Amino acid sequence: MDANEYVVRTKGLVKEYTMGDQTLRALNGVDLDIYRGEYISIMGPSGSGKSTLFNAIGGLDKPTSGSVFINDVDMAQLDAQELAYLRCHTIGYIFQTFNLIPVMTALENVTLPTIFAGMSTDDGIERGMELLKIVGLDQRLHHKPFELSGGQQQRVAIARALANNPSIILADEPTGNLDLKTGQEIIALLKRLNVEQGVTIISATHDLKMLDISDRIVWIRDGRIDKLEERKNIELKMGEMEGEPVH
Amino acid sequence: MSVDKPSAHMSHKEVRQQIKLPFSKAVEISLRSIKIRFARSIITAAGIMLGIAFFASVRMSAEFSVIHEKIVHETVAAFQAGKLHHITEDQTRMISSATTDVKAAQQDALAARERLDWLSIMALIVCTVGITNAMLMSVTERYKEIGTMKCLGALDSFIVKLFFIESCLTGFISSVIGFLLGWFIISLVHIFTDGMLAFGAQYWKSSLTLFGLSVLIGTFLTFIATIAPAVRAAQMPPAAALRVEI
Ligand SMILES: Nc1ncnc2c1ncn2[C@@H]1O[C@H](COP(=O)(O)OP(=O)(O)OP(=O)(O)O)[C@@H](O)[C@H]1O
Ligand SMILES: [Mg+2]
Repeated sequence: MDANEYVVRTKGLVKEYTMGDQTLRALNGVDLDIYRGEYISIMGPSGSGKSTLFNAIGGLDKPTSGSVFINDVDMAQLDAQELAYLRCHTIGYIFQTFNLIPVMTALENVTLPTIFAGMSTDDGIERGMELLKIVGLDQRLHHKPFELSGGQQQRVAIARALANNPSIILADEPTGNLDLKTGQEIIALLKRLNVEQGVTIISATHDLKMLDISDRIVWIRDGRIDKLEERKNIELKMGEMEGEPVH
Repeated sequence: MSVDKPSAHMSHKEVRQQIKLPFSKAVEISLRSIKIRFARSIITAAGIMLGIAFFASVRMSAEFSVIHEKIVHETVAAFQAGKLHHITEDQTRMISSATTDVKAAQQDALAARERLDWLSIMALIVCTVGITNAMLMSVTERYKEIGTMKCLGALDSFIVKLFFIESCLTGFISSVIGFLLGWFIISLVHIFTDGMLAFGAQYWKSSLTLFGLSVLIGTFLTFIATIAPAVRAAQMPPAAALRVEI
């Protein structure tokens, strides 16, 4: 198979947390290949290792063993400056808790990554306004996060994740702190970005609504991949589940 | 979409190096950071200010007692040498108390100075604890922000630079204000209790030395108290920094 097809690959990923004399295996040998341009959801019960996988793929934490390849580059081989470049240009992060900088306005938050990319202030502001328009917040440029609703904050976070045109968006339960309707809007927005801009979306979630729009779903349990499903099989299942309440 | 074109063979040369932002950019961002959390900056600064004000006032009292002793000594010496022609009321008091019981007066002065020296050391400790506490808090409450910035592409060195500039500025300004506060109040008190006698060249010299010392101590303590936790936070993997809840 052509290696170009994959934007992210993990091989034998293991992450252990040591607390005192206890060792906990949060990831226990994860092999996962993610295609360029796909929308992939990582599902699994609480504590199964979704966030740990998110951190490993995003280069936010070092795995105990195994490797992560981004665009065929082994992340473990990167020095601090290359890793920072990757975080700045290649990956956009979205968190359950939004993680906006509380003292900065929506526009300043979105502009921040462009500063780290070395863009001029004017270009950064222009880019920020363009992105906030894409996520439908062009009327809220100068609001601080606490003046925005949860859904609006997550939109700002999405705009910020897109600032430097990443090829991957990593999202850890992006709808976890949102109500049903707002969650749906965020999912629709992510899907739109996936289709229109070709961004690969990797999202950890509990949210069954995510299944509808995902190309593939990875189920993890106890730090291992339990099963990997294509959407067409899911749709079949959804049909079977008809009548059952979906929360 | 600009997607880096990967080759089949991995080679880490494909990933470019993150640019190092110029120092001026760090100054710009830290100034903005101080400004936008102005209320918080004031509270942090108040901690440093009060510490330095306390230190400066205790030290200034000590200086006053030194100056006072010197004046008494000179006056008595001049009197005994018969060089005093117009003796003021103050001088009469000085001479009579210093000559009636020389030993007791000297012991009193010595004890007072020892007390003030001890108090200065205590003031310095209180000041150190206060500043360390204020700065530790102000870095700790920003762990999440540090983690977020690293996710957005900030280099560790840039984050350290931000805190370096912030701490030096905050430390310097607060120390200057703190010194002025302590120095002014003690000088004022001295005027009301002992009159204007001590305000000669020696007074200004001591004040200037104390100013330098206070600003140096205040800035240095603020810098040390900030930079240690900031370096620690900057070196953490972002995932760990983001997990910190306060
Ligand atoms: N920093 C850490 N230190 C110690 N243990 C950790 C740490 N982070 C995660 N764990 C443990 O690793 C396991 C996997 O955690 P993880 O956060 O990846 O789960 P998750 O699937 O994201 O769960 P949730 O759906 O609740 O977010 C859990 O048992 C958790 O307690
Ligand atoms: Mg999680």
